[in-house]
Formats: sequence, C-alpha cells, structure tokens
Amino acid sequence: MQEVVRFTLNGKPTTLTVDSDRALLWVLRTDLGLTGTKYGCGQGLCGACTVLANGKAIRSCQTPVKEVRGQALTTIEGLAQNGTLHPLQKAFMEHDALQCGFCTPGMILTAYSLLRENPSPSAAEIIEGMENNLCRCAAHRRIVQAIQAAATEMRGGA
Amino acid sequence: MGRRELLKLVGGGILVLFTAGGFRSDAQEGRGGRGGQRLPEDFNAFLRIGADGRVTCFTGKIEMGQGVITSLAQMLADELDVPLDAVDMVMGDTDLCPWDMGTFGSMTTRFFGPPLRAAGAEARRVLLELAAEQLGVPVEQVTVEAGTVTDRADPAKRVSYAQLAKGKSIERHVTPRPPVKPPADLKVVSRPVTRRDALAKVTGEAKYAADIRCPGMRYAKILRPPAHGATLGEVDVSGAEEVAGAQVVREGDLLAVLHERPDQAERALAMIKATFERPQPDVDDKTIFDHLLKVAPEGRAVSQGGDLRGGEGRSAQVFEHTYLNSYVAHSPMEPHAAVAQIEGDKATVWASTQNPFGVRDEVAEALGFPSAKVRVITPFVGGGFGGKTNNLQAVEAARLAKLVGKPVQVAWTREEEFFNDTFRPAAVVKIRSGITTAGAVAFWDYHVYYAGERGSEHLYSIPDYAIVAHGSAWGGEPGAHPFATGPWRAPGNNTNTFARESQVDIMAAKAGIDPIEFRMMNLQDAKLQGVLKAAAGKFGWIPAKAPSGRGYGVACGTDSGTSVATIAEVAVDGQTGSVKVQRVVCAQNMGLVINPEGATTQMEGCITMGLGYALTEEIHFNGGEILDRNFDSYHTPRFSWLPEIETVIIDDWNSPAQGGGEPAIITMGGVIANAIHDATGARLLQLPMTAQRVREALAQR
Repeated sequence: MQEVVRFTLNGKPTTLTVDSDRALLWVLRTDLGLTGTKYGCGQGLCGACTVLANGKAIRSCQTPVKEVRGQALTTIEGLAQNGTLHPLQKAFMEHDALQCGFCTPGMILTAYSLLRENPSPSAAEIIEGMENNLCRCAAHRRIVQAIQAAATEMRGGA
Repeated sequence: MGRRELLKLVGGGILVLFTAGGFRSDAQEGRGGRGGQRLPEDFNAFLRIGADGRVTCFTGKIEMGQGVITSLAQMLADELDVPLDAVDMVMGDTDLCPWDMGTFGSMTTRFFGPPLRAAGAEARRVLLELAAEQLGVPVEQVTVEAGTVTDRADPAKRVSYAQLAKGKSIERHVTPRPPVKPPADLKVVSRPVTRRDALAKVTGEAKYAADIRCPGMRYAKILRPPAHGATLGEVDVSGAEEVAGAQVVREGDLLAVLHERPDQAERALAMIKATFERPQPDVDDKTIFDHLLKVAPEGRAVSQGGDLRGGEGRSAQVFEHTYLNSYVAHSPMEPHAAVAQIEGDKATVWASTQNPFGVRDEVAEALGFPSAKVRVITPFVGGGFGGKTNNLQAVEAARLAKLVGKPVQVAWTREEEFFNDTFRPAAVVKIRSGITTAGAVAFWDYHVYYAGERGSEHLYSIPDYAIVAHGSAWGGEPGAHPFATGPWRAPGNNTNTFARESQVDIMAAKAGIDPIEFRMMNLQDAKLQGVLKAAAGKFGWIPAKAPSGRGYGVACGTDSGTSVATIAEVAVDGQTGSVKVQRVVCAQNMGLVINPEGATTQMEGCITMGLGYALTEEIHFNGGEILDRNFDSYHTPRFSWLPEIETVIIDDWNSPAQGGGEPAIITMGGVIANAIHDATGARLLQLPMTAQRVREALAQR
C-alpha cells in the first residue's frame, strides 16, 4: 500500500511515498540512490545489507520500510562525520580487513552495533557478534583485528 | 584505431606501449575477437605520463579483491621513481585498454608484472633523456626522485615529469626490454602497502556493477527453469502484466519482467505461471562418481617415467585408494550483475566480470554488433574465484536492452547465482603406489578423472610413475556433468593435491615414518623442501609417526609457480564428527614478493576459504536440479571457524615473482584430512569432510 513514511537517513529528515511493505534494502538502493548497502542473499543470511536503525544493526533485505518509521537510519555512506572516518572505517583500512569489499559495509555496521552494546569485547565476543556476516574472500582474521583496534581507539586508546 | 588516435584518446603525454607475457605466443593467439581490435594489436597494455605528472596504467586486468590495483601500481612507482599515489590504474575498460584475455590463473603478477616493470623502466629512460636535453647536461649526470629530475652537479637545475610531458606526444614501444631495477634498489616493491581501494570500499563509494544507474534504466528479473535441461512449456504472464509498471518481454528462451524497481520486477516475476518439461534425473550427488568413471574416456598421459611393473616389484607395500571430490560453488558475495545501454549502433555494458574482452565479444555476438561497437566497463568486482569468467548476465542485459530500447540492469539473486554457477567439477582420483622397505616411494600410478592436469604431477622423487588424466578438466564435456562447470580458485589443483598428499600420508604412516621426514626423504625439489622446513620450524614440529593423537597434519604442493607447505592442527569431536581447525601454519616461496602485505592477506584468504571446500562445501543436486540455492544449506567459512593463522614467506628476492592468489588454498583438503587421521586414525577419502563423513570414517577404523 502506498503511504507516507518518514525517517531520518544519515542525519537528514526523509519523507517517502512508497509501498510500505517493500524491503528497506531496495528503497535505499533504488528510490534513495544509496548503493553502499549491498544485496547478498535476500534472506538475511549473509549480512551484506546491514544498516543501522537507531544505532542497532538490522538486515535491510528483511525489513519492510514501514518498520523504520520515525527511526534514525545510518547507512555506510553516513558513517563518516564531516569528512572524518569512523574509527572502524580507519581500522578496516589500516588492517587490510577487506579484499573485494562487497561485504565491508555490512561488516562495519554490524561491528558498530556490536561495539555500541559492548565497548570492550573479547576476540571471542567479536567472533560471536560477527558470526552471521559472511565474507567469501576470507578476510575474517583481519576483520577481527580491525574491530579490536577500533574498539581500543573508541575507548580513548585504553 | 591508429597510434595518433590513441595518443589523442588518452590526452597526449608520454606513452609507453608494451606486451605482457605470452600475448602473441600462447593462450591469447587468435583470440582477438570478432570485428577486429579497436586499439592497435601489437601491444596489450600501456602507460602514460601526463602533463599533470601522473602515471596512468591502462590494462584489461581487473580488480576483484586480489589486490593487483595496488601491486601493479607499486611496480610502476618503483621503476619510475614516483610516489605510489602518483600512479593511477585504468582497468578492464575495453575502449581504453588494449585486449587482454582475462584475470585468472594467478597470472597478473607473474606474466604481466615483468613487462609492466620494463615499461616503467623505459618510460624513466625517456624522461631522463628529455630532462638531460632540457637541462643541457649529459644524461649520466641527472638523477630522479619523486618524479623530479635533478642535475647532480647543480641541484638547483631541476625539471619535473609533469613539465617534461607537457605538450609532448611521444610514443615508445618496449622491445627489447630495458633493464629493470635490481631488487636492492626497489623502494616500493617488497614493502608492505595497504590497499589503495580501501577508502572507497569502507565508505560505500566503491561502485560494483549493480550500483550503476542510467537514465530510464529498467531492472530485469528473468524466468529460470527448475532444473538445468528443463524446457519451457505453457506460460501465462497475465499476472505479471497486472503489476503496475511491469513489462513482460520474451525472445526465444529469454523471458523477463522489467520494472523501474528491482523488487517490483521480482514480485511480478513470481506471478508468472509456467510449466516446464524436465528430463528424468539420471544422476545425483551420490551416484555422480560412478557415473564419471563410467563415462570417462581413455586417459592421456600427463607424464611418465621408468616402468610401473618394475617399481611395483621393488615395493614392500602397495597402496590403492580412490579419492572423491564434490561440486563446489564459487558464491562470491557479489552475485553476477550487469547494466547494458544501447545508443544508436553502440552498446555499453558495465559488468562484474573477470574477462571484460570476453564479455565484449559475447555481447557483440548476441546483439549482432561488431566487437568494436561494444564497450565493456568493469567496475569493482565483488569476488570472482573463477566464477566470473562466465558472463551470461551481461548477455542477458544486452539482449533485453536491445529488445526494450532502454538501459537494462540484470542483477542475479543468490538463488540464480547458485543455479547458474559454473561449479568446480566433481572428480575422482585413483592412485596405486608402493614403498620400499626403506620408505622410498617406488612407484606411482595416478589417474585423475575430470579435475584436469593442474597439480597432478607427483612432485616427489619416484623412479617409476605414470600420471594420466581422463576426461575434461574444469570446462566439462558433453555427458559428463549434469550442469555447467568451470574454473574454481586454483582449478584442478585442490583435487589433485588432496589426493596426492593423502596418499603420501597413508604411505608415511604405514612406513612408520614422521610425515614431514617421509616427504623430505622422498623430495628432491629444493623449494618444496624449503617451505616444508620453514613451516615445520614455525609450527614447532616434533617428529612422530601418525596417528600420534595430536591432530597434526602436513601437506605441500605447487601452483602458479609457487611452492607451498601447510601444517594444521585439528580437534575432532568423536561424537558429532565435527572438525575444528585450531591452527594453520603456511609457508610459501613465491619468488620476488611485490606487496608482502597483499601476499599475506591472499595466503590468509586461501587458508580460510579452503576450510570450506575441505569441510562443508558441496552442491547437492538431483539431475539438473540444484538443491542448494542459498547460504542456509550451503555453508561457507564463518568467523567461528577461524583458526590461528601464521604465514611465512620465504625471502627469495632474486627469483621472478610468482602467483599468490591461489597456491595456499591447494593444500587445505590434504592437510586437514591428514590432521584428522593423526588425531583419530580415521582416513577421509572424500571432500568435503563433513561431520557425517567423519563419523562414518571413525566407525570404520
């Protein structure tokens, strides 16, 4: 059903008239032109489509757009603030925590959500939190290291 | 196109044309494509020094995660004495880059690297000559740093590459090859560098094929049969046509729904009612091995030496085993995607592909265009592993764009990606071998079916041997496989190395000799001995005969000119049969290493990815019906699988650079099989070593 849906997207108030049952993933990628959010499996199995809703990681391919009404959405394009990269983005670069880069937006945003709930995760907690994000190039080891490094920086280097 | 047009096209400056290894002599011969080349044909890559002082390399190679966008630029930066960030790479654009056969086989650094460095050296020589002339000093008297040439006698006299290239239109062809820098003079090569494409990839700026948008573009969803070999019968598209904005298009076997929104196109596609004629399934994932052995033709000798019967006569013990290997999917995180736009008599296609020039020719064929009227642009590719040498999606997009007169995007769903994948072929290896009382391998009778020759050589010092390959390699042949097969990272070698290294391990155990010692005493290859020694040292290997109960395994092999040895430690759950790989040490000799950081990430990627085909990855099927269509039943490696990984790269600066994107994956099947045996005494002869197969092997001890 076509209806008006409002939310905040990367800090900007956004109003759409859409079929509100449509998946957020396709609304982001086509209606809103934000292609950093990727399609990987369409069933919530791989995590490539992960975005933040009120700071929490959600799978946009499994989320009807009506469910994010009034929420603050962040996609990978909105993570850097005023041209300054988020510590996770910097750490992924510095640790070579990516190869083809296709899973990377979902990895970074899942890690963001993880660190928001647990600012000092152990390696085992990072692995548990990232378990349902798939990376076929197999950069897993570097991704864990990058998240650890980012967590340290976000805690003020402690 | 002539040289003058080429110079104009790229905006003048100093142009150095070169020919990458093997261009004329082997694989690329006669594959220039229909309708002729757009660019002159006597080179296949070039670089330009522009009036802005920047160095740009134009090559048909593509970046799919393997990191050549960084390592190739490093080579140029070194030879030209410019900072790495002054080098730009233009990759995989068939209008701007000369013809290239594609990016696979770990060949970019090995065969493309040396001529690229030579081109850089030639460009530097030209620039130094121009500078000497301009400064009015002999060329021996100038020196260059960071793209600025200085008179040694009077450092105030200086001129930059930018100034030298300004207003120039100079073309050079590298032949014969000018001397490149000796390893000791390299400042950028062999130094670890993080990826140059990382910023675009962590900010979401990096564009992949499905991220391309054209005005008026439609998203297409294509009707697929339930099984390979099925043909379309009755079809009722009225339901789809009722979806607002949906357009149903049919041309022969291609039936698609187009819409301005991809999800609406998919919704409309689901409304189509269609029946299909399906052939009776005659083979499935259990019977496939018998089927392959039944249809296999006479073998062809890969190599042979001595006399098998004599060797068998000298053997104190003879071993005969059959090794099996299932179909495996590529499943890159980015499914195949393409956008096609036709303007007048010219088509432009953005495609996720490993061979843009192959796409160009396939699209030209499908459209009835000359190849020169098709431009393929390769954005970032979200993983390939061999699977993106199949370009069906680009042909589909081009056909649909022509049919509807609008730009069309075809982006496969994950289900389509599994269905249309060109799987790594199922294969069988049969080995008979023997050892003397002293533990020397006396004979080796090796037959590989449907995996091909790559990696099939025995590598060891064996007097009497025969290596025979039966049937097609990864490409498949009619009647062999129920669906398409194709190259998969280190094609053939994963199967061959699993079989060989398992058989060697079985012999070592029966001889009562430590598996590394057994390999060392049967090897004469110094590079393989070197990596085995390095891996053993790093691991802290203490010799013992297997099964020692420790869960330690070893395997070695060669691929793409690189030698690799891997040691793994596993824990096996005797109840469930599940295997946890706890630690992997991998040593590699790949000659001169261009980017040690990149090479290390490739090794880690190979090791982690290799856990999948070793432990879980297997396509289940019933005839042409693919039963695994998504990641719920097809299991690729996850974070929790991650072993402790240590890598060693042998310092071998004075040898030519070899391949690095594939070698470390070839040992993963064998090393884990051997570690499971060491832990439990159970021998796994079939990949993947699923929990169920491990339980069965445990029961058979």
